[in-house]
Amino acid sequence: MLRFFARRVGLTIPVLLGVATLVFSLIHLIPGDPAQAMLGESASPQDVAELRSRLGLDRPLLDQYISFLGGAVRGDLGRSLRTNEDVAGAVLARLPATAELAFAAMLTAVGFAVPLGIAAAVWRGTAIDYVATTISLLGVSIPNFWLGPLLAIVFSIQLGWLPVSGRGTWANLVLPAVSLGASLAAILARMTRATLLEELREPYVAAARARGASRARAVLRHAFRNSLIPVVTIVALQFGAVLTGTVITETIFAWPGIGRLLIQSIGFRDYPLVQGCILFIAMTYVAVNLIADLLYGFVDPRIRYD
Amino acid sequence: MTRVGALIVFVAALAALAGPLLVGVDPAAQDLAQRLDGPSWAHWFGLDELGRDIFSRVLAGARISLIVGVVVVSVSSAAGTLVGSVAGYFGGHVDEAISRIIDILLAFPGLLLAIAVVAVLGPSLTNVVFALSLIGWVGYARLVRGQVLRAREFEFVQAARALGATTPRILIRHVIPTALPAVMVQATLGLGGAILSEASLSFLGLGVQPPTPSWGTMLNAGRTHLLDAPHLTIFPGLAIAVLVLGFNFLGDGLRDALDPATRRQAT
Repeated sequence: MLRFFARRVGLTIPVLLGVATLVFSLIHLIPGDPAQAMLGESASPQDVAELRSRLGLDRPLLDQYISFLGGAVRGDLGRSLRTNEDVAGAVLARLPATAELAFAAMLTAVGFAVPLGIAAAVWRGTAIDYVATTISLLGVSIPNFWLGPLLAIVFSIQLGWLPVSGRGTWANLVLPAVSLGASLAAILARMTRATLLEELREPYVAAARARGASRARAVLRHAFRNSLIPVVTIVALQFGAVLTGTVITETIFAWPGIGRLLIQSIGFRDYPLVQGCILFIAMTYVAVNLIADLLYGFVDPRIRYD
Repeated sequence: MTRVGALIVFVAALAALAGPLLVGVDPAAQDLAQRLDGPSWAHWFGLDELGRDIFSRVLAGARISLIVGVVVVSVSSAAGTLVGSVAGYFGGHVDEAISRIIDILLAFPGLLLAIAVVAVLGPSLTNVVFALSLIGWVGYARLVRGQVLRAREFEFVQAARALGATTPRILIRHVIPTALPAVMVQATLGLGGAILSEASLSFLGLGVQPPTPSWGTMLNAGRTHLLDAPHLTIFPGLAIAVLVLGFNFLGDGLRDALDPATRRQAT
């Protein structure tokens, strides 16, 4: 078990290094002089030279790279060009808002999709199944940047039930969470249905029924439990999509999280802050995948020996 | 469902090719006096904030969406197939190096990397296509690598090798064709994904720039008029959802036709 954990953590280190390298190279992808691009065409040569020196762009590339990596390890990602705020501090200050939104979206998705997938599998080929399949196909196809405004039109503008933007109460969380969780719910419902159908064909389900277990017990206690691993896998794999989705959802609903900070920083060409946001989101994604992998090893011993 | 998907895609392609000409309304023509007017017999989808006909702009937007989708998927699938087949066929250090690069790129949530690349290169249609292709090839490479790893052990591949066929010939004539059905399914589903990604970037102001009609840009413009003119938001979004749904239907149908195992699992 320990060997599996150590090997899996060891494999993550080159990935983290690669992610950091990519984020470091972003600033060097800027066409022309990055300092000039950040300050604009009208900036004086002195200002450009000062910024170049402040960002360390006048140093050899290897030096810049090593100091970026060192800084990233220490949690020092530089300072915002616009507000002079510490980048790591600015990102961490917005973390609770993004985490709240991401978890609410995932909870909404799981809470809606799992019962829907179970119902579609149990009553396969009936109207319930068709409705569930249609809902999940629509959920995959409807972009969250359309669903969000549509929900706002209905529930905020027409009915006046929920606030259209901002953060504070649970009411503020409903529309962003539903709009962000919809596509995950659609994928999860399809996955739950497909895996549960496979399990329902297994002889142990018929055996449970033969022993006198009710249909609900055979489905929920036996078949559903065994179909959970692929479902949990999808939840973990889709976490990246949820994280990226927060960028759009936070922009639509003026939610003060990391995603909105990223888009605002792009608008202001505040590249240290852009790098910080992207590095943080990517690292979180890698960490979540690692935790999910370690959990599979714990739940299913076969994975450890693969 | 596959036929419905094919019909949707066909209509969208027709709209993209000939739509603005058939409608006879210039998508850039402005009528400020009637700005934000709702749907009417003269303007089926209403007018936008500059008094432009939304129906003709939605049709013109189909062209942008399909061009981006087709170019991104073509470049990504070609590059991914090449890289994946090289990794799978040669194995060893080549496979190890390519697999690590794939791992690193997969460590980024897809759209995030595209946002990052467009953020530094600047918003434009070309940069959107570049950014989406830059991340798009990875999925194909991983898929093809897996298929090629299996295919290189096939008897007909070993026979070609024994007969002295060159490596490029073995790859092109014998190995890559075994991966093509899976690539085709992924490409069809990927078209919907690329269209959604382009619209997302344009919605965030990082993609196609006004006044070029793009569904994402139109949705972004509609945000400020949710209260007084919801039709600005409803129609471009509906167009995206229907086209993506069409590609999903088509992709699912192709997968069922080409891979009976998934059909068994889905039903």
